[in-house]
Amino acid sequence: MIVPLSWLQDYVDITLPVPELAERMTLAGLEVETIQYIGVSGADLVWDRDKFVVARILAVGQHPDADRLVLARVEYGAPEPATLVTGATNLFPYLGQDLSGQNLKSPMVLEGAAIYDGHKEGFVKTRLKGRKVRGIMNRHMLCSEKELGISQEHEGIMLLETAAVPGTPLQDILGEVILHLDLTPNLARCHSMIGVAREVAALTGTSPQGTPQTVRYPSLNVVMGGPPAAEAVRVEIEDSALSPRFTATLIRDVRIGLSPEWMQRRLKLVGVRPINNIVDITNYVMMELGQPLHAFDYDLLLQRARTTSVSVPTIKVRQASIGEGMTTLDGTSRTFNEYDILITDTAGPVGIGGVMGGTETEVHVGTRNVLLEAANFNLINIRRTAQAHKLPSEASARFGRGIHPAEAIRGARRAAELMRTLAGGTVGQGIVDNYPDPPEPVVATVTPAQIKRWLGIHIDQKEVVAILEALQFQCQIKGGAIHATVPDHRLDISTGLTGTADLIEEISRIYGYGKIPETEMSDPLPPLRANRPQEQEERTRDLLVAAGLQEIISYRFTTPEAEARILSPGSQPDERPYTTIANPISQDKSVMRHTLLESLLVAVAANVRHHGHVALFEIGSVYLPAEGRRLPDEPTRLCVGMAGQRETVGWMGGDEGSMDFYDLKGVLEALTDGWRLEGVRYEPTTDPVFCPGRAARVSLHNGRTHLGTAGQVHPLVAKRFDMPDGIPLLAAELDLDALMAAIPAGFEVQPIPQFPVVYRDVALVLDEAIPAADVQQLIVQTGGRWLAQVRLFDVYRGTQLPAGKRSLAYALAFQSPDKTLTDRDANKLRDKIVRRLEREIGARLRSQ
Amino acid sequence: MLEQLEKLRTEALEGLRAVADGAALDTWQRSTLGRRGIVTLITRRVGELPKESRPAFGKRANQVKQELTAAYERKATAVKADEMERQIATGAIDVSQPGRPRPLGRLHPSTQVLREICRIWGDMGFQVYRSRDVETDEYNFQLLNMPPHHPARDMWDTFYTTQEGVVLRTHTSPGQIHAMHDYHPEPIRVILPGMCYRYEQISARSEIQFNQVEGLAVGKNITFADLKGTLSSFAGRLFGAQIQTRFRCQHFPFTEPSAEMDVECILCSGRGCNVCKKTGWLEILGCGMVHPAVLRHGGYDPAVYTGFAFGMGVERPAMVKYGIKDIRYFWSGDLRFLEQF
Repeated sequence: MIVPLSWLQDYVDITLPVPELAERMTLAGLEVETIQYIGVSGADLVWDRDKFVVARILAVGQHPDADRLVLARVEYGAPEPATLVTGATNLFPYLGQDLSGQNLKSPMVLEGAAIYDGHKEGFVKTRLKGRKVRGIMNRHMLCSEKELGISQEHEGIMLLETAAVPGTPLQDILGEVILHLDLTPNLARCHSMIGVAREVAALTGTSPQGTPQTVRYPSLNVVMGGPPAAEAVRVEIEDSALSPRFTATLIRDVRIGLSPEWMQRRLKLVGVRPINNIVDITNYVMMELGQPLHAFDYDLLLQRARTTSVSVPTIKVRQASIGEGMTTLDGTSRTFNEYDILITDTAGPVGIGGVMGGTETEVHVGTRNVLLEAANFNLINIRRTAQAHKLPSEASARFGRGIHPAEAIRGARRAAELMRTLAGGTVGQGIVDNYPDPPEPVVATVTPAQIKRWLGIHIDQKEVVAILEALQFQCQIKGGAIHATVPDHRLDISTGLTGTADLIEEISRIYGYGKIPETEMSDPLPPLRANRPQEQEERTRDLLVAAGLQEIISYRFTTPEAEARILSPGSQPDERPYTTIANPISQDKSVMRHTLLESLLVAVAANVRHHGHVALFEIGSVYLPAEGRRLPDEPTRLCVGMAGQRETVGWMGGDEGSMDFYDLKGVLEALTDGWRLEGVRYEPTTDPVFCPGRAARVSLHNGRTHLGTAGQVHPLVAKRFDMPDGIPLLAAELDLDALMAAIPAGFEVQPIPQFPVVYRDVALVLDEAIPAADVQQLIVQTGGRWLAQVRLFDVYRGTQLPAGKRSLAYALAFQSPDKTLTDRDANKLRDKIVRRLEREIGARLRSQ
Repeated sequence: MLEQLEKLRTEALEGLRAVADGAALDTWQRSTLGRRGIVTLITRRVGELPKESRPAFGKRANQVKQELTAAYERKATAVKADEMERQIATGAIDVSQPGRPRPLGRLHPSTQVLREICRIWGDMGFQVYRSRDVETDEYNFQLLNMPPHHPARDMWDTFYTTQEGVVLRTHTSPGQIHAMHDYHPEPIRVILPGMCYRYEQISARSEIQFNQVEGLAVGKNITFADLKGTLSSFAGRLFGAQIQTRFRCQHFPFTEPSAEMDVECILCSGRGCNVCKKTGWLEILGCGMVHPAVLRHGGYDPAVYTGFAFGMGVERPAMVKYGIKDIRYFWSGDLRFLEQF
């Protein structure tokens, strides 16, 4: 909402400095986004009062030496008139005319003043210097709107229709302060000058020091004459739920022309293009009172009536039939839906109610008789129509937020009188007003106790009433409660407890949030509830960070095609359904993800281009629609991705080798060890994402609880992500919910051992096919309670061994909690272990 | 023989004097005092002497041995000290060379800020409650006092799904209803962190997904003054105890009265800068008293219970705090950004 203060002041006094007023409005919910100053203090270009003045043009003569320049003789408050050289094309029509009887005025800037350069892009200041133009000295100039900083307009000079005498400072007639308001949806009533004026009055008139402010409403008196409108037009409403009210006013014998300069100026200031006096008046009244209006050419309606053998135009407001059509004012041919509300006559649609009129019956240069519509429509239909037809307009924006039907008649009367006085029309007797079901006044109640309960402070009943009355509620005190009748310009106050809350909001914002104290809650604390999954998730992040990984967060949007890229060629496609976005912002974000792997692989591959060592993780939801349920499952996944050098190599050298499966597994073990998960299994698996032979199924509880898959990404998949050749891409995706569910609730600390450790190393030769994990398990089982630690320290394959065999070397640490073990004890245990391994998995000692 | 012993003693002491390093000292020790050293050898020859001379020789030999041993120990200490000094003198390193790099993991900046916010609210007795991302229209809008086509819905540009009546949550507010359903009729103090989604063109200034932290307090005795006190206390803990706050009237369909809390701009200390658009204030969160209809939808009788709710972003305050110019960095997964936190 754009509010020029010069316009607002017609209805309310501005009693505060502008920044203070703006702050008070903002704090009370009418957010002033910007304050725009034109010509006055605060503006980028301030019009000096003695250098920017009103000039009257006395005569326009031809420049003796230039066809495209004229000489304007002007009176501007100085003792002698001045002659100015100008190229303004809009002065050419006055060449040689006698202008003494005319009131042709323009803004004039005197030598030495700074103005905006009209010929430069944007607003660039320049200083006006006297110079000879084709032999004639020119000191001052008549200005365009752009040169003054009013608008971008630079076609010719600005012409003024003003009673101000020459020499009047320009500030006094064109200086302006404009408030740009960002209004929330509940402030529908403030989309008009009157609406803002009411708020300003309440906000600046209720302070203890302030004098009560009243709003000066424009007169709604209409001088009527001629035959009654009811004889010339009939109005029918099909469904008062769609259109609660429809008024028709007939204005005869108007003269179409330009609207007065002051009206054009105001419309331009609020961003409305002036068209002609009739259309301008409908727009002006909409801006002033908030009631949108539409003007029909009455004679065209009459013609249409006659073509259908009806003598009196009959307006019918009704729901559209599907497939019905019309061309709207913007020249677009439209087909309607059942929720569009149509204004029709006996020949068909003439307008979309509350949104836009039809082209066939619009007011034009030759219009003599005008039928003025001021009506009311259901806001939901208006919103759907404006959205479906992509027709946001000043009218639909207002109807779509809600307008009280009481406003219709006010708009009709105000506009009709303006059409009479400004366009010379005669307003037909009696406005046709179809208002089948006027709503009962809304009464909301509030008590001081309720205010105390809600706000925590006591506000005196008198003050409450004063605030509500300043907002034009009518208050009655009944049994300690304030019964406030809601004024008929607002729809946002309800009844019952909601109505009470509505009133409390009004009271508190006018009273001032700043005056409400800050207190600590005295209410009892609720029962304390731990959020274990959330705490575990955070601890999981900490463990991964401690393992040197960087957390990332990705878009949760993707496409099925993008996710298909993680599956190696020829593998089974992912056919599970997706949560699909009906209105995606872009083609690459059409569904909610099934996996974190895809975005993680993208990130790893992208970072590998500028980082030698990349190790990332993400924790987040995936979205899995389930048969027969409206909402998808949202399980939490953990994804790890790694690639590049094992170490960042410094001047001292280091391990420059590429990370491999065991680096990834080390990270996962750090995580599961950190959580004290026992019996985590890694078994060979085949998976479409991973390289055969280099992928492990990770599980718990003897394989019964599946956690996910870890491995080296299939090289053909890695290639799709533009991974450089030869750098293994490692990744794992785990079901974090399953992992967290398995975390033991507690653990017991072992005493620090008192007795020494005895070490024995064994190197075993085994079949390649026997997993190290099985060997380790046998060792642990056999070693019993004296086996404190088993560590695989060497794996050897090669010429010294038969084909198909490998050697695994283990360091065994024996320790007893209650005595010093002898060499004999250790040897016995070692031999027992070796014998078991020989017997059960065909191992033999490598030294033998 | 005694003479030999004396000569040996003199030579050995001279030899020891000439010793300059550990290796020479070891050699001297072996050849003089070792198992096959000359002192041992000469002592063994005691049998060659006449019986009566033996005790005197033995005694002297012992004296010599002790003297040499003592001399050796003194020398050894000196040599070791010399050597350590030499080592120290030649062992200086360039301490300005970089250290061996350790891989350092980091949390995403959003996680860091979220944790900070959750920690403060945790200290203030608000516990974390989480709810789903994909929501029904009912929970995202209707139960929050926004019937279909309600004008207030314009405040949220919504992602719809192809499933009728299912949307991506535009705010964490549906969690308020879930929490109320779970906990009523007990009092509530929870915060609801989570990812939210809005249909907006992605640019340096706007994103389609972002974290939000919502808060909810419900009880029989909770007032707007409590809301102001609690939120100002939060702001003090987040930005420093001296931070100024102000509450501006706002409109949210699910709270009434509603407000926005501004804090004094942390970059210009309220003097006015480009970040705060010269106002001296930064908008931090939206808040208000829970609307009676919302309380009722949550299972609480609004005639008995009141409550307040608030919601704040995570990435935007982070952008202000760290001077991040482009919101798209957050989900880029780019280490060149993430490594800076």
